[in-house]
Amino acid sequence: MTDTTAAPQATSRRRSLPLHVLGPVLALIALIVLGAMLNSNFLSYANVTNVLARSAFIGIIAVGMTFVITGGGIDLSVGSMAAFIAGVMIMAMNALIPTLGIGVPLVLAGMGVALLTGLAAGMLNGFLIAKVRIEAFIVTLGAMGVYRSLTTWLADGGTLSLDFDARTFYRPVYYDGILGIAWPIIVFALVAILGELAMRKTPFGRHCASLGANEQVAKYSAVKVDRVRMGTYVLLGVLVGVATIMYVPRLGSASGSTGVLWELEAIAAVIIGGTLLKGGFGRVWGTVIGVLILSLIDNILNLASIVSPYLNGTIQGVIVILAVVLQRQGKSAE
Amino acid sequence: MTAILEARGITRAFGPIRVLHGVDFSLIPGEVHALIGENGAGKSTTMKILGGYLAPTEGELLLDGRPVRFADQREAEDAGILMIHQEFNLALQLTVEENIFLGREKMRGPFLDKKAMREEARDLLARLDCHADPRTPIRDLSVPNRQMVEIARALGRNARVLIMDEPTAVLTARETDVLLEQIARLKAQGTAILYTSHKLDEIARIADRVTVLRDGAHITTRPAEGFSEHAMAETMVGRELSDLFPPKVPARDDVVLQVEGLTVPGRVRDASFTLRRGEVLGFAGLVGAGRTELMEGIVGLRPATGLVRVNGQTIKPNSVRAAREAGLVYLTEDRKEKGLLLTKSLTENLTLLALDRFGRIFIDKKAEDTALTNAISDFDIRVNDRDMLAGSLSGGNQQKLLLAKTMLAEPQIVIIDEPTRGIDIGTKQQIYEFIAALAAAGKSVIVVSSELTEVIGLADRVVVMGRGHIAGELSGDAITEDAILRRAMGVDELTGASA
Ligand SMILES: Nc1ncnc2c1ncn2[C@@H]1O[C@H](COP(=O)(O)OP(=O)(O)OP(=O)(O)O)[C@@H](O)[C@H]1O
Ligand SMILES: [Mg+2]
Repeated sequence: MTDTTAAPQATSRRRSLPLHVLGPVLALIALIVLGAMLNSNFLSYANVTNVLARSAFIGIIAVGMTFVITGGGIDLSVGSMAAFIAGVMIMAMNALIPTLGIGVPLVLAGMGVALLTGLAAGMLNGFLIAKVRIEAFIVTLGAMGVYRSLTTWLADGGTLSLDFDARTFYRPVYYDGILGIAWPIIVFALVAILGELAMRKTPFGRHCASLGANEQVAKYSAVKVDRVRMGTYVLLGVLVGVATIMYVPRLGSASGSTGVLWELEAIAAVIIGGTLLKGGFGRVWGTVIGVLILSLIDNILNLASIVSPYLNGTIQGVIVILAVVLQRQGKSAE
Repeated sequence: MTAILEARGITRAFGPIRVLHGVDFSLIPGEVHALIGENGAGKSTTMKILGGYLAPTEGELLLDGRPVRFADQREAEDAGILMIHQEFNLALQLTVEENIFLGREKMRGPFLDKKAMREEARDLLARLDCHADPRTPIRDLSVPNRQMVEIARALGRNARVLIMDEPTAVLTARETDVLLEQIARLKAQGTAILYTSHKLDEIARIADRVTVLRDGAHITTRPAEGFSEHAMAETMVGRELSDLFPPKVPARDDVVLQVEGLTVPGRVRDASFTLRRGEVLGFAGLVGAGRTELMEGIVGLRPATGLVRVNGQTIKPNSVRAAREAGLVYLTEDRKEKGLLLTKSLTENLTLLALDRFGRIFIDKKAEDTALTNAISDFDIRVNDRDMLAGSLSGGNQQKLLLAKTMLAEPQIVIIDEPTRGIDIGTKQQIYEFIAALAAAGKSVIVVSSELTEVIGLADRVVVMGRGHIAGELSGDAITEDAILRRAMGVDELTGASA
């Protein structure tokens, strides 16, 4: 934001900074310091790349989730949706090998299928929520079950695997990169930067926040409420598609247990980042920090053997609750 | 007589900004004490301190002569001090009766005694001449009826001190009369009443003593007897005041807005009227007459059938955006629920309606900042921090922000529903001048107002609505309070002189 006005503004900023703005940043720094102290490999190139690349899937989805939550919604279906998209993408690619052969066209076609499936799934959620006016929680809870079961059905209870040659050709999309930075990290960074810009500087971001803050006011202010709400779910659907595109080359397969609990991790990251769960205020950069915090905890528990990695979920849960407490104190201090 | 509640040297600061500077104040049983002042003078803040909602930064409160500190509003209520807020404090999803008894539910054994509560709620509302069903959710009530519920809640708690922050801002003349009668009754029973309103005629009618605040400072406290409305107004603003209404400017001949056979199902039947360039058209009627619903139907906020033409072009129905693009905008009467995002900054509120004017892809924050600066000076919005939330502005200043927001869309036709609700007299004058200036500049304005003086003072022509349809039209010298009321009540529908 551009600060062109005088003193009182500065003081109010400074007053509200420490808790709910600086909180997540400080937590992240603390984790990095802790990790570095516990294990000398923590800051190594390999480990950093590993952590960031694994964060990318949840991260890309969480950026989309930030918009949905800011607009006063929620989407519980993203984990199953990712599994479903992965399944459809793999089946489409396998089916296209005879016509397209192994090569760039095949990968591009697979990516196209993933994006379109994500778009369609997002539109369906958005349509039911914005136009048919069914509660977001209900719609996406239903969708969560539907996609999960569809994926299991497509895989016939087992695993859908990408053709071996195709997989070998596609693998570099997860494992390679440019200038030593892996592709998933690059894509995550791009999505995050564009998301931050969209949230802060575009009418769409402003409209999302106004919708979440008070839908009536938004409507009376000529905001196309239905379209904006629909837009948030479509955006999220497409981003789930993007995340899947980065995910499939990692394992080359999908099953009924792909993407389990991703929705909760994404929502947790959004909340840790300072976005209000009830909507009206969202912060994409905060979400990025939230994602990093969650994956660092996982990573540190795996590297250092003081606490059992099985306690990962416990620690993450405590952190989510702490984040909300911090937010509330930040609010009442104003 | 000794004071029941007294404030000594009260100050209050929000962050680094002080909004009250050593206010002294006392309330005697059986008196109506009016607190008046401009928007942002600190009336609500003073009242909230007395009602236990806010703690004073300095100074002390005395209850029956003994110093007290209320930890919260609940403690004040237990001491018999009740407050009716300027902004509603009702749970929208709960019913009327549930709201009236919220936190004080009547019990029968372990269960709620719904029957007793319903009956008492009905009684309380009947005392206020309000016929809302105790079982309706607040969400479905009109704004004035919500106010009545708020008042009924206070009546039901047998207060020793009743604090009322602009209770009549949303009421029509008739409802105000009912309320003032209730106040007189409570006063006779020995209740001390602290009252504020921007309608000075009410103050003159019911107050025993008047305290004037200006910029957070106590200016004077004196008997209402012999304190004329004009003198009150001048003491409030601290300067001389001239005529309230600017001279009327004649409208041009070309019609800019044509409404034909507009029907809002269940609310408005077959309404037709026209609006000319440079005209100020008044809409009068009793509460529930369907004025707001008609206007919302015209601008696409409510499903409606019928034709709306702007400059001869039919606009797409049921689309706020299409109306706005045709230069037609509506300023709501419900600023808290529909007008402003109370938890957002001033800028975000200001530019929301006209956001497309601040850049297609990226929002131009510099331009927004300039817009805020201009709005603050053009509409004389009293802000103590440009970064504050819209919800922290005083009620009247919120209204000015809403007006600024609407005008930023540069409409050709503005429909203003209750333009001066909760606005002080000095600012009222500014807003009236502003409306006249808009008309003089060739814009057209529809003013929907429950204040007859306002409609009469501003409009060239007045449309009167009653029970969901247009009951008559008056123009020129035929616009009188009496003529409007007769049409509104359906006495004079066919015989009246209509333009
Ligand atoms: N929570 C808050 N944070 C910051 N400033 C506040 C807050 N509440 C009130 N103020 C400021 O205190 C001043 C007095 O406000 P108050 O609401 O008491 O005015 P008022 O006399 O009731 O005005 P009105 O007639 O418009 O209702 C205003 O400048 C307002 O902006
Ligand atoms: Mg006030």
